[in-house]
Amino acid sequence: MNKRLELVSGEPSRNLPISSHKTQFATFSIFSEALAFLAALIVMSLVSLFLSGAVRADEQDAFLSGFTTDKFADTEKTINTLAVSGLPMAAPILEALAGDRLLFDPESKALLIRKSESQFIAAIDGHIEDAIEADDLKKVRVNNAVRRALDAALGSLTLMSPDPAKRLAAAESAYKSHDPATLDLLQQAIEKENDAKVKRMQLAARAAIQALDPQASDSDRLSAIDLIKARGDQDALGLLSKLAASSEGAMKAAAESGIGSIRATLALWGNVQNIWYGLSLGSVLLLAAIGLAITFGVMGIINMAHGEMVMIGAYTTYVVQDLIRTKIPSLFDYSLLIAVPLAFVVTAIIGMLIERVVIRYLYGRPLETLLATFGLSLVLQQAVRTIFGANNREVGAPSFMAGSFELGGLVITYGRMWIIIFALMVFAILQLVLRATSFGLRMRAVTQNRKMASAMGIDTNRIDALAFALGSGIAGMAGVALSQIDNVSPNLGQSYIIDSFMVVVFGGVGNLWGTLVGALTLGVANKVLEPFIGAVLGKIVMLVFIIMFIQKRPRGLFALKGRAVEA
Amino acid sequence: MTNLNPTLTNSLLYLDGISVSFDGYKALRGLSLVLAPGEMRAIIGPNGAGKTTMMDIITGKTKPDEGDVYFAGTHDLSTMDEASIAELGIGRKFQKPTVFESHTVEDNILLALKASRAPLDALFNRTGPEQRTRIDEVLSTIRLKDHRHRSASDLSHGQKQWLEIGMLLAQDPKLLLVDEPVAGMTDAETLTTAELLREIARDHSVVVVEHDMTFVRELDVKVTVLHEGSVLAEGALDHVSADPRVIEVYLGR
Amino acid sequence: MHTSYDLIDRRGMIMLALLGLFVLIVPICALIVPKGSPFYIPPYLVALLGKYLCYALLALSLDLVWGYCGILSLGHGAFFALGGYAMGMYLMRQIGTRGVYANAELPDFMVFLNWKELPITWYGFQHFPYAALMILAVPGLLAFVFGWFAFRSRVTGVYLSIITQAMTYALLLSFFRNDMGFGGNNGLTDFKDILGYSVQSDQTRVSLCVVSALALASGYLLARAIVVSKFGKVLIAIRDAESRTRFLGYRVENFKVIVFTFSAIMAGVAGALFVPQVGIINPSEFAPANSIEAVIWVAVGGRGTLVGAALGAIVVSFGKTYFTGALPEYWLFALGALFVIVTLFLPKGIIGTLSDFMARQSAKPPTPSPKDMPAAAE
Repeated sequence: MNKRLELVSGEPSRNLPISSHKTQFATFSIFSEALAFLAALIVMSLVSLFLSGAVRADEQDAFLSGFTTDKFADTEKTINTLAVSGLPMAAPILEALAGDRLLFDPESKALLIRKSESQFIAAIDGHIEDAIEADDLKKVRVNNAVRRALDAALGSLTLMSPDPAKRLAAAESAYKSHDPATLDLLQQAIEKENDAKVKRMQLAARAAIQALDPQASDSDRLSAIDLIKARGDQDALGLLSKLAASSEGAMKAAAESGIGSIRATLALWGNVQNIWYGLSLGSVLLLAAIGLAITFGVMGIINMAHGEMVMIGAYTTYVVQDLIRTKIPSLFDYSLLIAVPLAFVVTAIIGMLIERVVIRYLYGRPLETLLATFGLSLVLQQAVRTIFGANNREVGAPSFMAGSFELGGLVITYGRMWIIIFALMVFAILQLVLRATSFGLRMRAVTQNRKMASAMGIDTNRIDALAFALGSGIAGMAGVALSQIDNVSPNLGQSYIIDSFMVVVFGGVGNLWGTLVGALTLGVANKVLEPFIGAVLGKIVMLVFIIMFIQKRPRGLFALKGRAVEA
Repeated sequence: MTNLNPTLTNSLLYLDGISVSFDGYKALRGLSLVLAPGEMRAIIGPNGAGKTTMMDIITGKTKPDEGDVYFAGTHDLSTMDEASIAELGIGRKFQKPTVFESHTVEDNILLALKASRAPLDALFNRTGPEQRTRIDEVLSTIRLKDHRHRSASDLSHGQKQWLEIGMLLAQDPKLLLVDEPVAGMTDAETLTTAELLREIARDHSVVVVEHDMTFVRELDVKVTVLHEGSVLAEGALDHVSADPRVIEVYLGR
Repeated sequence: MHTSYDLIDRRGMIMLALLGLFVLIVPICALIVPKGSPFYIPPYLVALLGKYLCYALLALSLDLVWGYCGILSLGHGAFFALGGYAMGMYLMRQIGTRGVYANAELPDFMVFLNWKELPITWYGFQHFPYAALMILAVPGLLAFVFGWFAFRSRVTGVYLSIITQAMTYALLLSFFRNDMGFGGNNGLTDFKDILGYSVQSDQTRVSLCVVSALALASGYLLARAIVVSKFGKVLIAIRDAESRTRFLGYRVENFKVIVFTFSAIMAGVAGALFVPQVGIINPSEFAPANSIEAVIWVAVGGRGTLVGAALGAIVVSFGKTYFTGALPEYWLFALGALFVIVTLFLPKGIIGTLSDFMARQSAKPPTPSPKDMPAAAE
């Protein structure tokens, strides 16, 4: 998304300054040629001096004095010198400049880096300077040209960083900016590089620069285009469009064919991304619906308060995090792990209470159950509203849920990924409980033939209560997951109840696999439709589809057939 | 339509090679049965033999996977829904007595009474003297005349069974399907019911599904034994009960 | 034949008498009695009473399908809202040049959205007869199409309830969209005239209230005529034993679709009368919770009694007005508790429980129930 925005908005603004950029590049090269000799001298002498540790302050001052003249041109020059100087303080100084933290004293011309509000260090050697009057200092000012030079300089500095992650990031930024100024440095970096991943990125960056360089040989440029095409991302697309617009003949054709193939790849990845979003939505639906699949699908109870169980699970997470924040902040990353079992227990107990106090009097009267549980849902909502207030509550994401990574052209956020994994785990555990435990066996017996089960000595009342508690508890666990992606408010449950019923009914009542397939199908279908018709219309289409689907298969996708069903 | 087949054209009910399965379970496998007009037939068989499924096939509740079902030689029942089949003249009594609990006995009969089933006719229906007479007749046949204003939910189990038979009579079908009419009845009630059914069989074709051997003996009609979804034996009760295969099925090895 | 099958039984008589009294008293107390008098009914109360009567009509329509045919519709609010929108569209077109943008043809929100011409859906709504036809036709048609498919496919019980809920939810989402051309989020409001009379005037308010009472009375009589006919008996038969009814030869789906459509039309009329009295119609009327609230009116009053449904609507709505005014925190507690208590302890509702009680009182003499008393002519 961000990338796309960048492409769209960045294109015209990048095209305009291209000419000025080039002239700048020209002046820079003249400057560097003129300086080459001098720089070599200075650098060599400076390096040796630094190594000996006997640099005289006034020499350094002279070196950095360009920053204290308060002229953009001097600043820019100094940046460029500094970038190739090899000074250990070069990186901190340039970073400080980029962060508006580089200051100088107009009187003494001393250059200082602001560490905090009142703490400064000398830019020359990094020693802490006391007794500085912050009011007397002036900032080293920055304009666009300076900032460009600064970015390039920082990029080139980090290209050689000992940290591979920093080198990778630098190569990426060089690839994105494809600034010809970094070409030489890149060349050097590539020669030294021994990390394959970093090297790939650096080669791509070099290709990006070469492809746009009219001076480079055609064969170099064509092979560069191939390399860029192979990357197939938004930046490559931008680069090739630029190239196609500015070149002719074989180059233009190669760029255009590259654009075509990248577009196709991107469209493919776009679809994959939509499917991923769909799976993510599907896993949320699965979590919300799977408890319902037990109470409705297996036991035949219409629990309209199911959504409220989800909501209570989310509030349990909130309470857990709140306690952790105030008492033991170090445990914050474990808050969800603590909340999951707790939410299960809390909602299971509430579920069991509901079953014992209300629902057990209504077995065999599904419509009455529907009404009574709807009433309960109102009471639970209002209770939560009274206790916690009507506003959304803040539930934070522990560090393992934050951030994202890329897989090919796919952006995967850790939060969504963990929710999918969590949903599948809950599903697997539930299957295990139903298939492999004696409780599961007894529960299946009761659902298949209540009278017979009772005659065999199974305490059907107890099984009912436990099964309902199980369904509710799973809803509570779903609430923990949903607290990560939705607003935690008393209305949280309402937004899931209709969807959950749709999933269970679509998947086929009494069949957990049906619920799984139903949830994932509806999730994916919804997200695949969304880019074409929008979220709201997409939802309407899904609802209408389910209404029609139930006409065709009143018992859902994986329905049981035959006489037993109607008994 | 294969009108050339004399068995088909002369039959009231004709089932040939019916198979149906539910989720892999074969409820019926190649069931064939022919009922002549005016005949009364008892069908027996252990649990799961396919008796109720057969009823479902005839009344259109379940569609056969393969095989033919014809009524009166011409009507293909496998293509019709329950209401059209009922209008053809096939009435059904369920295993569990199903009467309209919140209606009075009289209204139960009124609803079953042979008349137009169209919604608009129902909306503007007036119960005329003919209908009243007919209701009275049925009520006396099923011995519930004194209970006509009682709610059906207040009746005893046996009375409900009779009421349901009465509803079948009121429908005046060509064929009655009666599923376990004496289940849960007292001995006296069973005898009365057998008498009632014989009375009905005088001018209707009847298929009775029953477990109760005393009752089947009481009916004294041709018997068909079902086992695992197909016909095991057919004939008079004495003949059938002497069949070693039937004995094996009923009594085990 | 039978006392309870008279067109107007004792309960109905009481209800019709009360409505008659209401029609007489309200105009007098609202228009003739001076403002200071204790008998004076202020305009806001007239509108409130009118609103309750519309709810009662909606409840009546729901009772017809739920109480008599066992179809628990969780989407009846949709028919109510559609009727309301049809009326709202008529009222919008009556505003004419008096809108903010003074556009004779287009309602304000369309001008705001920069629309150039009236969508086809809005054609003809400036004429009251056409709008009136649409008030009946749109909910009726939706119910017919929906019912035609659902009942033919034998979707019953909770499945039907859930898809009716999905239906009203889908409509809710649709009407939120500006592209639908029904005012989006804000709906239709700022009405000026109805049939040439200002909707704000006391006389109009009283007339609308009286019309609502008359509509409720006629709705009751029609519904009653249906349930006492043989058609009504078939409905009850379907409710109690659907497949038995099929085996008797009745096309259950046709009965259902007819009564469902009729009920939807009734709900549409209720919605149409509701809109000019509250002065606004917006998508929130489609909210699934509204439909469920209507179900609880019927349950509280007593399903399958018609009179009970109307009574329940009025009692619960009055409770809501009181609670949301005096103890807003507790309204949802009260409503929620009502759902639970009624289903657990009062499954027959107020009217059902009351008549059981009276039956027990009079059953002490030999006759088992009043049903057995000699019948008057049908």
